[in-house]
Amino acid sequence: MDYKNRKGWLYLLPAFLFLGAFMIYPLIDVFVYSFEEGYNSASQTFFGTGLYNYSYVLHDPYFLQAVKNTLILVIITVPLSTGLALLISVALSSIQKLRELFQTVYFLPYVTNTLAVGLVFMILFKKTAYSDGLVNLLIQCFGGSSVDFIDGPYWAKMFVLCFYTIWVVMPFKILILTSALASVNQTYYNAARVDGTPKWRIFTRITLPMISPMIFYLIITGFIGAFKAYSDAVALFGTDLNAAEMNTIVGYVYDMLYGDSGGYPSYASAAAIILFAIVLTITCINLLVSKKHVHY
Amino acid sequence: MSQTIDYQKIQRSTRARRILGNVIIYASLILWGLIVLFPFYWMLLTSVKSYGSYNAEYVPSFFTLSPTLQNYVDAFTTVSLGRYLLNTLIFTLITTAIMLVVTTLAAFAFARLEFRGKDAVFTLFLALMMIPNELVVITNFTSITNLGLRNTFLGLILPSVTSVFYIYLLKENFAQIPDELYYAAKVDGTSDLRYLRRVMIPICKPTLITIVILKIIECWNSYVWPRLITDDPNYYLVSNGIQEIRENGFGRENIPAMMAAVVVISVPLIVLFLIFRKKIMAGVARGGTKG
Repeated sequence: MDYKNRKGWLYLLPAFLFLGAFMIYPLIDVFVYSFEEGYNSASQTFFGTGLYNYSYVLHDPYFLQAVKNTLILVIITVPLSTGLALLISVALSSIQKLRELFQTVYFLPYVTNTLAVGLVFMILFKKTAYSDGLVNLLIQCFGGSSVDFIDGPYWAKMFVLCFYTIWVVMPFKILILTSALASVNQTYYNAARVDGTPKWRIFTRITLPMISPMIFYLIITGFIGAFKAYSDAVALFGTDLNAAEMNTIVGYVYDMLYGDSGGYPSYASAAAIILFAIVLTITCINLLVSKKHVHY
Repeated sequence: MSQTIDYQKIQRSTRARRILGNVIIYASLILWGLIVLFPFYWMLLTSVKSYGSYNAEYVPSFFTLSPTLQNYVDAFTTVSLGRYLLNTLIFTLITTAIMLVVTTLAAFAFARLEFRGKDAVFTLFLALMMIPNELVVITNFTSITNLGLRNTFLGLILPSVTSVFYIYLLKENFAQIPDELYYAAKVDGTSDLRYLRRVMIPICKPTLITIVILKIIECWNSYVWPRLITDDPNYYLVSNGIQEIRENGFGRENIPAMMAAVVVISVPLIVLFLIFRKKIMAGVARGGTKG
């Protein structure tokens, strides 16, 4: 028995070491950091313990800007991308020809490097001295006036960020929803057809309830993902996000940790814990709402 | 008589409606396809335009009659794109290899072995799946810095190895293998490790391949950790490399060369995806998250 015990733990040991060193210990440590006031990373000393770090972060205009940006991003992209993915998936599952081709194409953004493709978006939207950029030329074609989407007004920048974020998250949502739609039992549809049920009614009364668990799964992961947005913003606006007024909460954490404004792990920890608290709260609310509306 | 006419009319109108519906469906699907593909087309196109002709176009043209590969030469000679690619390759291969060994051993222990505390540890592992990376990255950054591992492969790789989700995925797959096989092997005097190597791994090969591919994608695209832990361009991975190229590489104006670099970075994963399309999509559907 003892030998058996030892052998089991031996097999687990590598995983345990990695997780212990790089997940469990840091998880405890981040709370410790967040309560240490005036931590100096060079001398590794601090004055005392308390809630000062949290209050500093909550009063920092950069943090408030980051929270505002993140909230706008979440509120716009999560419903839009989920709705759009639902429409596309329903359209996809109603066709036979070319379906595989469409699915393959739609999945491409998932396997691309966010930073690299973000550069292409930047070029498409950017207005420079020698060209207005493709998107602006299109706008001019339709009689609008051009805007600089990368260095211009706040809402133009926010629009590009939302657009790019949706472009990046769509593959995952389309994939999940098409497989959810494919797994709905065909008998329900056949029964509805025998009764002569109109298409719209079939969709709202059969399809939606049957795939509602997956929709809520996507909404929850969508919320979590959008709250953690960071590299999309870097791809479009460069690493100095505070100057571009486009910082996100995660961006704020990393800026506090490292870089020109870095060296404050305590503030970074406090901000990270605030982010975690927000995400946790919203996930719990989502779960409560989904309990009421999801049919299993 | 009038009834048959009515019937024909109804038939014709439903057919017309179905065709119209199909047209709308295909049109909207093609529209989204274009939105997805256009950035890829644009980066390919821009990467073969010459520097002079790109900058001369106030209205960018949608095709080019004189494609050039000069930008690709520039991407490899003017900036160290080759170095970034090599770094990423080394990082991806080693991380994935270690991850595979660690994950297989742990999944085997959870699925096959009996030992005290197994259930408690497994619950702990499941709970760890919910911890966001942002919470642990701060301490990891400080510990790796204190260990003097900044700008080393070791510092890049070590914290990137752990993936609780893959352990869970593989454990579920291992557990499906019937117990009889294990007992038969035991009777024959096969050791656990040999059983794992000769029976379990071959049976679960599809899952292992899925895990490996997902991990490769994750490594290839990782940005945050490499950015925190490297400031020496000799250790940049492609994501940081492209950011570096953008901010101080060719000079901000040489967009065609920048696009050539973007193409070079994107192609390996796209090729991988086209080869293993079914496996990747099935794997992501089971548990990938991005966005």
